[in-house]
Amino acid sequence: MSNDRAHADHVHEHPTWKQYKWVALWLFVITVVEVWAYYIPAFVASKAFVPALLLMSAVKFTIVVMFYMHLKYDHSLFRKLFTGPLLIAGATLVAFLFLFKR
Amino acid sequence: MTTATAAAGAHEAHEHTHYTTTGLDNRKIAIWAFIGSECMLFGSLISTYLVYKGRSVVGPFPHEAWTSPTGQVFKPILDIPVTSASTFVLLMSSLFMVLALAAVENKGKPGYEGTLGSSKLWLLATALAGAVFLGFQAYEFTSFVHEGLTIKTNLFGSSFFTLTGFHGTHVAVGVLWLMTLLFIDMKRGLGPKDTILVDICALYWHFVDVVWIVIFTLVYLIQ
Repeated sequence: MSNDRAHADHVHEHPTWKQYKWVALWLFVITVVEVWAYYIPAFVASKAFVPALLLMSAVKFTIVVMFYMHLKYDHSLFRKLFTGPLLIAGATLVAFLFLFKR
Repeated sequence: MTTATAAAGAHEAHEHTHYTTTGLDNRKIAIWAFIGSECMLFGSLISTYLVYKGRSVVGPFPHEAWTSPTGQVFKPILDIPVTSASTFVLLMSSLFMVLALAAVENKGKPGYEGTLGSSKLWLLATALAGAVFLGFQAYEFTSFVHEGLTIKTNLFGSSFFTLTGFHGTHVAVGVLWLMTLLFIDMKRGLGPKDTILVDICALYWHFVDVVWIVIFTLVYLIQ
């Protein structure tokens, strides 16, 4: 029973210090690219600007949730508890934007 | 006597583990359920900001200059370099937080001696980074008010201050939580048996970080 509990709590080992360092580096690099993109007027005016920024933001979001919040390694119940409301929040946002014709 | 001792031991173990029928600690389930509810809170605040975006009748505006009917010129209100710096500080605080958790989880194990295994250092670093972020936000809010943007000025002001104010309050709560853990660590020391205490605080802190990742892009960078 206690083994089951230990297994349920830590399905896999957490990332190591080196992996945490790499995650931090990636987050830093993506943030630098985001800010850099903001200062290129031609890119800001292009149609690719908003999707590119949203994509970079989504990548950063996913990296933090998967590695720093250990969702990649933890029990699937935690994943459901997080992704369920996140999808509702996303659907609410999209519904509001359509409702107010944005 | 043996039965009584075993019963007492089982009771003590039950008191300290808080396991549910899922085999998971109820405090961890609770924090994930709370984070789920927070997703919906911030989802609604961000939706409100986006619905009102660009609908302000009077300035100051986030990315465009504005001249008032009296001839007063307002420059774009958002200061991207300052906010980029505060974003960097908050991202680094997440690294410090995972290092604090790893230090508590692996206390006494090989490879976690010295700086890397100092939970006090990493908890203090995380709390300080959170406090610096709040300092940046206080500076930003103050300068906005001096430049003529308050929560009552226009739709942008109302939705901006509400969204970032709610986030700042969450950061402040996180800093208090981290300081409490630091106090416990200094008082009696945090070890592997206390991992769950730091883990739930870390989950909250990282959530505050991911909310800022979204706010930084949607509010500050997308024009």
